[in-house]
Amino acid sequence: MDFPKDLKYTEEHEWVLVEDDIVTIGVTDFAQDQLGDIVFVELPEVGDTLEEGDTFGVVESVKAVSDVYAPVSGEVVEINEALPDEPEALNNSPYDEGWMIKMKLTDSGALADLMDVAAYQAFVEKD
Amino acid sequence: MMNTESRGLVLDENLLFEQSQPGRVGYSLTGLDVPSATPDSRLVREEITDFPELSEVDVVRHYTRLSTWNYGVDSGFYPLGSCTMKYNPKINEAVARLPGFAHIHPQTPEALNQGALELMYNLQQDLGEISGFPAITLQPAAGAQGEFAGMLMIRAWHEANGQKRHKVIIPDTAHGTNPASSALCGYDVITVASDGILSKEAVAAVMDDDVAALMVTNPNTLGLFEADIREICELVHQHGGLVYSDGANLNAMMGISRPGDIGIDVMHFNLHKTFSTPHGGGGPGSGPVGVVDKLIPFLPVPYVVREDNSYKLEYNCPQTIGRLKSFYGHFGILVRAYSYILSMGGEGLKRASELAVLNANYIRARLEGEYDLPNKQRSLHEVVFSEDALQNDCHTLDVAKRLIDYGYHPPTIYFPLVVHGALMIEPTETESKQTLDEFCDALLAIAEESKNNPELLKQAPVRAKVQRLDETAAARKPKLRWERV
Amino acid sequence: MRYLPHTDVDVQQMLDRIGVSEIDTLFSGIPEECRLKRPLDLNGAKSESETLIFLQELAEKNSPASSWDTFLGGGAYNHFIPAVIDHLISRSEFYTAYTPYQPEISQGTLQAIFEFQTLICQLTGMDVANASMYDGASACAEAVLLTVRAARKRKKVLLSQALPPQYRETVATYCRYLDIELADISLQDGVTNQADLQSLLDDQVAAVVVGYPNYFGQIEDLATIAELTHAAGARLVAAVPEPLALALFKSPGEAGADIVVGEGQSFGIPLSYGGPGIGFFAVRKKDMRVLPGRLVGETTDKDGKRGFVLTLATREQHIRREKATSNICSNQGMCILMVSIYLALHGKQGLRQLAEINYAKAAYAKEKIAQLDGFSVTFSGESFNEFVVTCPEPVAALKKRLEQQGLLAGISLGRDYSELEDGLLICVTEQNSRKQIDRLVHALAGGKG
Repeated sequence: MDFPKDLKYTEEHEWVLVEDDIVTIGVTDFAQDQLGDIVFVELPEVGDTLEEGDTFGVVESVKAVSDVYAPVSGEVVEINEALPDEPEALNNSPYDEGWMIKMKLTDSGALADLMDVAAYQAFVEKD
Repeated sequence: MMNTESRGLVLDENLLFEQSQPGRVGYSLTGLDVPSATPDSRLVREEITDFPELSEVDVVRHYTRLSTWNYGVDSGFYPLGSCTMKYNPKINEAVARLPGFAHIHPQTPEALNQGALELMYNLQQDLGEISGFPAITLQPAAGAQGEFAGMLMIRAWHEANGQKRHKVIIPDTAHGTNPASSALCGYDVITVASDGILSKEAVAAVMDDDVAALMVTNPNTLGLFEADIREICELVHQHGGLVYSDGANLNAMMGISRPGDIGIDVMHFNLHKTFSTPHGGGGPGSGPVGVVDKLIPFLPVPYVVREDNSYKLEYNCPQTIGRLKSFYGHFGILVRAYSYILSMGGEGLKRASELAVLNANYIRARLEGEYDLPNKQRSLHEVVFSEDALQNDCHTLDVAKRLIDYGYHPPTIYFPLVVHGALMIEPTETESKQTLDEFCDALLAIAEESKNNPELLKQAPVRAKVQRLDETAAARKPKLRWERV
Repeated sequence: MRYLPHTDVDVQQMLDRIGVSEIDTLFSGIPEECRLKRPLDLNGAKSESETLIFLQELAEKNSPASSWDTFLGGGAYNHFIPAVIDHLISRSEFYTAYTPYQPEISQGTLQAIFEFQTLICQLTGMDVANASMYDGASACAEAVLLTVRAARKRKKVLLSQALPPQYRETVATYCRYLDIELADISLQDGVTNQADLQSLLDDQVAAVVVGYPNYFGQIEDLATIAELTHAAGARLVAAVPEPLALALFKSPGEAGADIVVGEGQSFGIPLSYGGPGIGFFAVRKKDMRVLPGRLVGETTDKDGKRGFVLTLATREQHIRREKATSNICSNQGMCILMVSIYLALHGKQGLRQLAEINYAKAAYAKEKIAQLDGFSVTFSGESFNEFVVTCPEPVAALKKRLEQQGLLAGISLGRDYSELEDGLLICVTEQNSRKQIDRLVHALAGGKG
């Protein structure tokens, strides 16, 4: 199981890469492993505004479905257009080719609530 | 000893469209005895691209061959839990095809179809007696539509009393249709955990004046009778709520316990489960609903009433929830179910329930020990094992697939969700001790194989038309119709 | 009882193995106060021959289409059913099987459903069809729910008044407690009033629903309605109560419909007092993942051999529970077979010829009745099978008069349409001979015998 050190994590098993006021969001290696073979990904539209905690997408395997939540508030500035056609990228490369959306932060305060890698690893083990 | 060596003739069969030959026909139409006429050519379509062209023989062979790749109750034992796959009597099929039932038009004046209306009326009465409800609607097309109808009536009743309630309580063992039907009525679903059976305390913890109803399945999907059901119903009623019962498992208690007597307000029947009508590869089903007195004004229209020795369809119900579909229900299925009730009689129905419970308990007794049984309470018509006793990383899915190699339809798997790797077996009353013994021998042999030769499970089935299919590929790049390449 | 195989010895051995002395002990989980303390008050069991005789007597109190000259339609149609159909659906490998959850031993049902989905796509001119719904009316209601779900913020749905009343009532039931506003589009000459449609369309409308053919048998101008609907950003739902019309008239897909639903009873399913029939449901690719109902898809096994499975199941109630696209969990399996076999037998040429025969017969009846004193054909446009006649005498009395001559003349429209109090909906199919039609015309004119 892969847990990159430079990322932040949520209890909903999303990862967040922070670069100035732009954050990139995806689901963790642990999450994709739990779901199994992912067959479908639904993403928001560029320009959508999300509040922290809003559902922004859906990830489906053959027999399970999982909502994906915005860990921070902001505007969607880019989505991974390749993902709906290649949902297996979420399984094969969750932190790279499997990224889901990029958001422009409206409030950086929420970042403080995210877990660092050690905290997330501990969270997963407890789960 | 089981014979796993024999296998049927398995031939490939192309799709209808792939067999099509231009100019081939499978019909003979009576010639036109009136002048020919054609509509405005701007409205007329081109010929239907790639529609099949086949002879009658082509079509007969095609479907005959397809049928040989199926497994039905007539092929062998079908212990699909929660689905009550009992034998489908042949007299039912014969009577449903009588011209006086099969070829009557629903818009025929009621006076000319008194036999059909009488049959429906009698069936309403009989289902009422079996369940303890004073009124029955036969209109719902299937169990899920029955649930929808029942929950609509509950909401209509609350609103007629000036109450806007928003919540429905559903135990975690419920069929997925329960929450889905509640959502269709605009309700929020509150899930409660149950420890085998639902406790009064668990319901009390979430019960308040915003709860419209509790939806239970009784016996529940673990095959357990909800022993506290009377007290739970009282509790819900005290808070002004109603209790809906999913009747999927009525086959365990005909003539033994009546939902209408113990506090349930609404219940649907599955005629295709309890009353022996065929499942037909998924339908058509039929899901009549029984209600207590106070819900009668809200029944869907129309329903059948008797007036002065004749029968009519009643439409004059100002508070009705409306209609759920065209016409009066799945009449052809109602005929089959009524034929079954006539053939069984009251005592026969009770005996059916007794033997269904005996059969399930016999399987439990033979397999407990080799297979893990999470809930040890006295179970009724079905028994649910978990996968926890399986060895060498074998799972429930593997056991199910291996059963196919032994010549059985697998049980229901991975449901209810509260049991880890659930293997849910419902034998029904129409199976003999010999059949059950052979089936149990097969499951015990598979448990043994999981210890000594797990690959046999992992590779299974090897004796079916196809091996395990790639469901991931099917869902990633859906191909849902044939198209010419 | 012949369905219960247990001998006394079997029962005893089973009880011994379980470790209880009597069956009643197995019910000890049911508290005493929940028990029924008397036998069920039902008749005693009948023998097989008694059951048959009893039910035959009930059947004989009915009036099958074969024993009357019948001109009834209105959502259920009297078409000839080839003998092949009942022969094949009587194979118990089909009718005693369950939903094909275990694909390895259900390839027959699965391939048949895949073929059905394809046939429906071809007939309707659409991309994707599901494995069927209960009937046309409930399919129409599910289509309305789909459009509101897919449009997200739009909550209004416009229903043509020419949509069959049973469909309109069913839609109303399904929407009863959901946040959906239904509005009627008025009639003009027996079809959807386009000016009224235009005035009702706004950015709140999720869908427009019209019948094709509509309840009066009239062929709607779907292409224009589609243009208006799409200009307002809404979806067009075409509901087809008599799908034989689609073998002759332009498909709803070609005309621009976004969703096509309908009733398949015309294709080889007995009238059976109005059920079971079968609802079909077809959409464009963009709506594939919000479809209600079962879907069968093609895939391969590990040897690369073609096979079929239930797929896209995450839309459904057993996985998504209260967030599912529908609560439906059945398909109309047996009716899928009837429809598919019917369509396979008739095929490309036969279905078209049959539609032309139906059209010509109805045209003949229409023309003859129009010539009768006092009678007129109510609407001017093209129709299929069914048409409305304005009668010079009260419709109820007229129907009664014809009934006494062995004729079921049609359906009164007054109950559902107050402005059509003197309207009679007459249906003519290939089952009506010229002789029957002439008899109807003669009797309408006041003739006897």
